[in-house]
Amino acid sequence: MSLWKIAWRSMQQRALATSLTGVSMALGVALVVCVLVIHSVVERFFVNRDRGYDMIVGATKGGRLQLVLNTVYHLSQPVENLPYSFYKEFLNDGEHPGKYAKYVDVAVPFCLGDSYQDFRVVGTTPEMFEVWEPFQKYEFAEGRNFDHDNYFEGVIGAVVARATGLKVGDTFQPTHGVEGTEGAHKHDAFTVVGILKPTGTPNDRALFINMEGFYLLAGHAKDEPEGASDHEHDASHGHDEHDEHHAEHGDHDEHDDKEHATSEHGDEHEHDDVGQPFQADKRQAKSLTYDKHDHDEEGMPGHDEGHEHADHEHEDHADHEEHEHGEHGHEHEHAHTPLPESQREITAILVRCHFAASKSLLTKINEGVEAQAVLPDLEVRTLLDMIVGNLRLLLLTMSVLIVIVAGIGIMVSIYNSMSDRRRDIAVMRALGARRATVFSVILLESILVSLGGGAAGWVLGHLLLVVASPFILLYTGFAVSGLQFSWLELSLIGGLILLASVVGYLPALAAYRTDVAKALSAAP
Amino acid sequence: MLRLTDVKKSFIEPDGTPLSILDVPRFEVPAGQQMVLVGRSGCGKTTLLHVIAGISRPDEGSVEVNGCDLVRLPEAGRDRFRADNIGYVFQTFNLLPGFSALENVLLGMTFSRGRADAARAVALLTRVGLGHRLTHKPAMLSVGEQQRVAVARALANRPKLLLADEPTANVDSRNQQHIIELIRQTCAEENVALVLVTHTPEVADQFERVERLEEFNRAVAAA
Repeated sequence: MSLWKIAWRSMQQRALATSLTGVSMALGVALVVCVLVIHSVVERFFVNRDRGYDMIVGATKGGRLQLVLNTVYHLSQPVENLPYSFYKEFLNDGEHPGKYAKYVDVAVPFCLGDSYQDFRVVGTTPEMFEVWEPFQKYEFAEGRNFDHDNYFEGVIGAVVARATGLKVGDTFQPTHGVEGTEGAHKHDAFTVVGILKPTGTPNDRALFINMEGFYLLAGHAKDEPEGASDHEHDASHGHDEHDEHHAEHGDHDEHDDKEHATSEHGDEHEHDDVGQPFQADKRQAKSLTYDKHDHDEEGMPGHDEGHEHADHEHEDHADHEEHEHGEHGHEHEHAHTPLPESQREITAILVRCHFAASKSLLTKINEGVEAQAVLPDLEVRTLLDMIVGNLRLLLLTMSVLIVIVAGIGIMVSIYNSMSDRRRDIAVMRALGARRATVFSVILLESILVSLGGGAAGWVLGHLLLVVASPFILLYTGFAVSGLQFSWLELSLIGGLILLASVVGYLPALAAYRTDVAKALSAAP
Repeated sequence: MLRLTDVKKSFIEPDGTPLSILDVPRFEVPAGQQMVLVGRSGCGKTTLLHVIAGISRPDEGSVEVNGCDLVRLPEAGRDRFRADNIGYVFQTFNLLPGFSALENVLLGMTFSRGRADAARAVALLTRVGLGHRLTHKPAMLSVGEQQRVAVARALANRPKLLLADEPTANVDSRNQQHIIELIRQTCAEENVALVLVTHTPEVADQFERVERLEEFNRAVAAA
């Protein structure tokens, strides 16, 4: 008969006390497991090296961490924007590449500042969901990606869909600012055309709308710089932004102010490369045939502030192109004129650099005063080390203390039983068991209770996560699964054995010191 | 087989004065012999058995069992020697309550050099008439049955010497005779020397050799 079995039989003999101490250990371990798993999920959430981009470029105002928080995690408030012309420096426009284009694989713009209910609204381009593979793949649970040409389309994250109940075909009105805060006001409606599958990233908690539509919302147009209405070009960029007669780039100097002036006021006019970095020309040709709309207020070429999207009045329907909304078959009976580049701003640019080019690009951008470039992994690691890491340490310390208290409970339970078991120990000794043997039996008993309680706690912890995961996802956006494991959980085995050995030492010592002759002579 | 020479054992009383319990110049039991030790309460019978078993160490003298002086062995060595060579039947049976009858017998084998021999344990329990109650816990057995399990456990390691400390003190007269016969028969079958302590004259009368502890323990005479 093994010593394990002898220890097991002793435990069975004191089933109630063993169960209670085991349960207390299980609860402690369950807490530790929950903390470990949730933290590993949080850490993965923050330190997601597979997001596809390795750099974020934003305005210099506001801290580096703030830029990462509001761009990657949709937290905090965007502080300042960059001129659209700066974004164009990252694009490769054929003959006229931007000055940073040679470093860049992919650059996707982000326009922030709006929200819907508790979730942030991000104005971006459809490339957001197409260009990050194989690092980050976005798939649609329903519907499709929004279209370049359909300005008032949007795609929503899985958590947003679950929390808001928005479905494909529904519309939502972003609020300028954060809902419930001073100055917040509702915008025109966007149609949900796609719902993303859960990604386990902060993007599950965001709504993504066509940047062109974002620009056309009230208050999103930058004030027209003096004289810019006649010169809608970026001098720093070195070439015209658009030219009525040259849909293709190339005409650098010849620029008809008069023609521009009319374009700003809604006449037929072709805009080069307006917010569509990758397939600009083709789409421009399509979108720029739109006629003048009733969007005069505050210099907004798109449409009137506060008017209903579906009620747009258009002076000339002859040139108006109907937009089919994919599988929904919804048709707009109007179109919008894109906001001129001079009135555009972007909040951030997500950049994936060419191999080994990130350092050079980082240096180049940060040498200037206009923008700052940050490496999100670095900033997030700093955040984790400073705050999240300490929080985990605190929670883990508390949980471990609970386990230690449970361990002390085991010690007290076994130690208290020693007076009842002194005779049994003496009998074993009389049968030939050595002191070390009875010491080991008591120690094994402590280890069995600890490991048994620990195993139950491990299962309980993961079961709790299974039960709680939908709520955690809903309220925090963290996709926690009961089947997720942290490698640190393995250390529980060693930790529990060590703890059991420590707390079992005292009762084991009592067994070791049992006076056999005295115990056998005592009345049963 | 068993030889005690000038064995002395005393305890320290609460007031610090030593109390002599044993002072045995010579005591021998040949191999296979069955003898009874009688004596009034407090004359040191149980202490003598503890000394013979190596549970207690005498202050002086030698205790030879099967040619080995237990006094010279360290405690762990005495424990191992006891497990391998000496069986012990207690007055109160002392079965471990959490273990079945079979497990109690196997427990006796666990601490010896040999492996726990389940077949022998079953055979012994069958021999004492409990082949049908192997899995019963002590609480489910009668007093007589419990003592029979204790006898089987004491004989499990094929000891050379069986020490029985008033094994019939807690059983009725019918079981008393049954247990004595069982012990004597199994000891005879396995050529085990037997030292049986009893207060019961009916039991003592069945043995050829009966020793009164007071007669060879000088500590009792001095007291």
